[in-house]
Amino acid sequence: MNENLFSSFITPTMMGLPIVIIITMFPSIMFPSPTRLINNRLISIQQWLVQLTSKQMLSIHNQKGQTWALMLMSLILFIGSTNLLGLLPHSFTPTTQLSLNLGMAIPLWAGTVITGFRHKTKASLAHFLPQGTPLPLIPMLIIIETISLFIQPMALAVRLTANITAGHLLIHLIGGATLALMNISTVTAMVTFTILVLLTILEFAVALIQAYVFTLLVSLYLHDNT
Amino acid sequence: MASVVCVFRSSFSVPLKEKKLLDVKLGELPSWILMRDFTPKGIAGAFQRGYYRYYNKYVNVKKGGVAGISMVLAAYVVFNYFRCYKELKHERLRKYH
Repeated sequence: MNENLFSSFITPTMMGLPIVIIITMFPSIMFPSPTRLINNRLISIQQWLVQLTSKQMLSIHNQKGQTWALMLMSLILFIGSTNLLGLLPHSFTPTTQLSLNLGMAIPLWAGTVITGFRHKTKASLAHFLPQGTPLPLIPMLIIIETISLFIQPMALAVRLTANITAGHLLIHLIGGATLALMNISTVTAMVTFTILVLLTILEFAVALIQAYVFTLLVSLYLHDNT
Repeated sequence: MASVVCVFRSSFSVPLKEKKLLDVKLGELPSWILMRDFTPKGIAGAFQRGYYRYYNKYVNVKKGGVAGISMVLAAYVVFNYFRCYKELKHERLRKYH
């Protein structure tokens, strides 16, 4: 029980081949590209969802920030679909790997910061010092603001990893507990099963919410810097 | 006119390379398999044809239902089960593993 609790999180290789690449690219099959004016139902539903999300997410940005629309939309689609596919039994979720989340968070955050420094240098540097701070506090506050800036990509990556990993671990544990309790006391097993159902509903929500939060924060960092 | 057409049809046969699998006779099967295109481009073409065959039959229709994606998801679950079988077979309810 202890060893195979974490075995669903190791990088999948089949006969020595790294099929993690294929598993990471699998969600792209779920999103066919629209070819006609009026498409089939799958594409129409996806188009409607993407328009709904993009209008809501890009409304706060100016012209320059809205050039990031494609990036933010593909980000939320990728994280959302990967998290949802990870809720299927026995499947591997790429977003539980810190390497992938760091690989997503650091370049995007660095892109927003570098955009800010290139185009609005004074305003970007001014972010390090909130308005109206007393004079003796300034050095300490600049250090604190620098630390909080550099922790942003780490927080983005670790938040996503920890949430999804913790959810999957809880499902494994409570499912195992339900199975073990079934022979001992059926009533307790029913209670545990109810907890499992509620947890699965929560995990569906968390899968989508985490995608949204990730993308929202990237867009906020972008808004600060454009 | 009709007899000329009948004679023409009986003497005309499809070369082995272009026959579909269900038209190949059992004796010809090994040579048919060896004649297939196993270059990377050929394999990519085979995947593309298979994908579009499924897509145009189940998804790209006027009133597609939930069956289109749920079959894909079920195949994904089965594929992952095959992948994890080595660890999963220790979790069966058996007296001796």
